[in-house]
Amino acid sequence: MNYIFYFLIVGSIVIGAITGRLSDVVNSILTGAETSVKVAFSLIGIMAFWLGIMRIAEKSGIVEWISKVIKPITKWLFPEISEDSEALGDVAMSFSANALGLTNAATPIGIRAMEEFQKVNKDKTSASNAMCMFLAMNTAGFQLIPATVIAVLIGIGYKNPTEIIAPTLLVTTIAFLFAIFMAKMFAKLWKKQSDLSGGNE
Amino acid sequence: MFQNLMNLISLWALPFLIITILTAALIKKVPVYETFTDGAKDGFKVAVNIIPYLVAIMVGIGMFRASGAIELVTNTLGSILLKLNIPSETLPLMIVRSLSGSAALGVFSDIANSFGPDNYATKLSAVMVGSSETTFYVLAVYFGAIGISRLRYAMLVGILADIIGIVAAIFVCAKMFL
Repeated sequence: MNYIFYFLIVGSIVIGAITGRLSDVVNSILTGAETSVKVAFSLIGIMAFWLGIMRIAEKSGIVEWISKVIKPITKWLFPEISEDSEALGDVAMSFSANALGLTNAATPIGIRAMEEFQKVNKDKTSASNAMCMFLAMNTAGFQLIPATVIAVLIGIGYKNPTEIIAPTLLVTTIAFLFAIFMAKMFAKLWKKQSDLSGGNE
Repeated sequence: MFQNLMNLISLWALPFLIITILTAALIKKVPVYETFTDGAKDGFKVAVNIIPYLVAIMVGIGMFRASGAIELVTNTLGSILLKLNIPSETLPLMIVRSLSGSAALGVFSDIANSFGPDNYATKLSAVMVGSSETTFYVLAVYFGAIGISRLRYAMLVGILADIIGIVAAIFVCAKMFL
């Protein structure tokens, strides 16, 4: 991450100087900073709503019930996480919301799962295997219907916009399975998290 | 048929979820209002926690896009892509789709509008955008919310999955639409 950040900032300035767009690059600092705060603030309301609803779901035992139902899968995906952890119910609900294209609900629920993972994380500043697996599932962007894309296609007079659903689904499934496989593999190969408590991983 | 069914499910998923949760709570005698406000309190905290991570990522990506680096790559690789039957206009999309969701949608709209409905570039870019998630944004939001700064292999997996997605999109579209 340090190298990528360095490359993005310094590389952009150097490339901008070469292409003669240095002023655009400098201006984009302000725009980018402003947009990020806008994005974060626009999340507050919907985040509060879903965190509230999910707290009710937790208290009424629904999250726990879902965790139990999907145990066979999550046991394999998140071997380090205790089988009774409510995080697993959150993972399933966040994933389903994403698959249905309900990003507004998926993000707050996903963050709840990350918070649960963080509770049992040995090093609070570095990502645990469970977190990396959950992120891998998310970054592959598994979605059943690409609604926005279809809307654009309808807008330009595309005759049969639904014909892109099948190939899109196939592609996103391939990327999704590959991401899970990679996360599984790296969990074994990557340098282990430093254990601040002094035990073995 | 499949489309209609999916639309129906998408429309009803949230209302159904909310009704189920509230009804279950009522049966179990959970004080819904108090519990809701208690959980919702964290909304502000989480959103504010994300800001530093989001600023780092979005400023970096904004600068990168403004620098003209993407056009530079497109011009250099364009002729090679043409030989592989890949419209060079889709190259900026391949780079941008991991970086910014709104930018990817913008590039896709441009391609769709300038090439029209029957063009291969439109179809390929539709599949590429539809099958992607803005990896960098997801990493910033999820890890930012809990204060993780060392991502270990999470970013590498995200980028590799994006690359696989692009390759898969090219193969699948070539088989189906060419």
